[in-house]
Amino acid sequence: MKRKLVELAHARSGDKGDTANIGLIALKPQYYPLLVKHVTAARVARHFRGMITGKVERFELPNLSALNFLLHGALDGGGTISLKTDAQGKVFSTALLRMEIEVRK
Amino acid sequence: MTSPAATVRVAGGQGFWGDWLEAPYRQVTGGAVDYLMMDYLAEVTMSILQKQKSRDPARGYATDFITQMERILPTTVKRGIKVTANAGGVNPRGCAMAVAEVARRLGLGGRLTIGVVTGDDLLGRLDGLIARGHALQNLDTGRPLHDVRDRVLSANAYLGAAPVVEALQRGAQLVITGRVTDTGLTLGPLMHAFGWAPDAWDRIAAGTVAGHIIECGAQCSGGNCLKDWKRIPDMANIGYPIVEARPDGTFDLIKHPGTGGRIDVASVTEQLVYEMGDPGEYITPDGVADFTTIQLKQAGKDRVRVSGITGKPATDKLKVSIAYFYGYKAVGTLVYVWPDALEKAKAADRIVRQRLKHLGLQFEAIHTEFVGANATHGPLALQDVDVAAIPEVQLRIGVRARDEKPVDRFTREIAPLILNGPPSVTGFAGGRPKPEEIVAYWPALIDKRMVQPAVELIQV
Repeated sequence: MKRKLVELAHARSGDKGDTANIGLIALKPQYYPLLVKHVTAARVARHFRGMITGKVERFELPNLSALNFLLHGALDGGGTISLKTDAQGKVFSTALLRMEIEVRK
Repeated sequence: MTSPAATVRVAGGQGFWGDWLEAPYRQVTGGAVDYLMMDYLAEVTMSILQKQKSRDPARGYATDFITQMERILPTTVKRGIKVTANAGGVNPRGCAMAVAEVARRLGLGGRLTIGVVTGDDLLGRLDGLIARGHALQNLDTGRPLHDVRDRVLSANAYLGAAPVVEALQRGAQLVITGRVTDTGLTLGPLMHAFGWAPDAWDRIAAGTVAGHIIECGAQCSGGNCLKDWKRIPDMANIGYPIVEARPDGTFDLIKHPGTGGRIDVASVTEQLVYEMGDPGEYITPDGVADFTTIQLKQAGKDRVRVSGITGKPATDKLKVSIAYFYGYKAVGTLVYVWPDALEKAKAADRIVRQRLKHLGLQFEAIHTEFVGANATHGPLALQDVDVAAIPEVQLRIGVRARDEKPVDRFTREIAPLILNGPPSVTGFAGGRPKPEEIVAYWPALIDKRMVQPAVELIQV
């Protein structure tokens, strides 16, 4: 069955220049392997197609049941240069939570 | 030095310049704390302060800090609470003088020593540094600072905890700094209180992580926390965070009794991943912390235990935060209403773009968002939405250019749409948008040996 990430994880994001980060945190530790398996850097890059101009990097934090993503070229130049409402990438995290992954029942 | 304390409490009082004015007072009166740390400096703040200082040499610091100290100094002096703050901006000495004057007026003459940390300001030394081969290349683009040298407005190296420790050791009860890292304002007190050596890398990393957790104020104690946010109690009375540290580098995150908010593994984890890069290498001037070693455990109500943190030696570089003039931007908005709210807003956007093109104006970027539809989630937002049912949409068009002229002309293209564009439009009460100067950020590195922090004491 398909499940939206919002049912499996919570998240927070921030910025470094033109890069947005998304920390994706499993709501329960047993969900963490699902995130590791399905929410790959390539999948996240596809999810944000049209919204970012650079690559996506992924880092694993099993100690926090969390993944950290760096989305490069996400903020129209970032900081003060950006013309975006979300110039500092504060709510990029919630856009990731829209992603659906296939979960065995 | 007296024998090291058993536990030390460092309270977070401000997460940025503009944070809750009530928080510092509540932190020093709501229960026992040993230190209060306050972070005031964001990346562009330094350029704003540099501009103020160029107009008036006595200015250039966070003025709110003076009001704040007027309110809390009687308490901190009486209770022996020490304060660390980077409110000094580009004029820490001027900031200290202003606080000293307030302290004397409060009758605290002879009872307060202020430590002033300087040495971070590189603006006057830039040409010399460049001439001696320090290119100060942009960390993102690799370009040398030479490219924008004539437009540089401020340049500050990030200092670490060392000068804060020195000020405390020489008896300062209040340490006012310029561009000291947010984390250094927490790590400094812990190094001082526990006698941690500057090369005790695991302890340094632990104090750095403690600082990272509380540097954004209530963002670790229930503020902006997504998990179960509806059940976070009494946010109106939110308790700001306190690090209760032990000499071995483990610490608990707590808040004062009777305050709102929530401290649990979820709220702390959200703050840990905030603005995170490579979690294995959280680099500060003091050392490199490994966030993949952090262990969190709920150790009571609103108490999270943090342990296991390891660190590595500091690098031989310091980060430099440089601000330079970039150009101009302006953002215009109008609100379009049902029926066909989004369609009307899209039509208006096409019209504006066509008119700008006819005028032959050159922009570096034109950016349109439809707030209420897709401003933050882009194409992902409208997947499951009945677009025709959207009740209202704010059209938000932004432009950016190196010159002011096209930006200024753009600001006159929004209002006419009310009468000569698509129907059912409102929300122009704010008037014509104003062109805004863009001060951009240029991150660079410099050899540590080029920067000498200095500590000065002022007896009030």
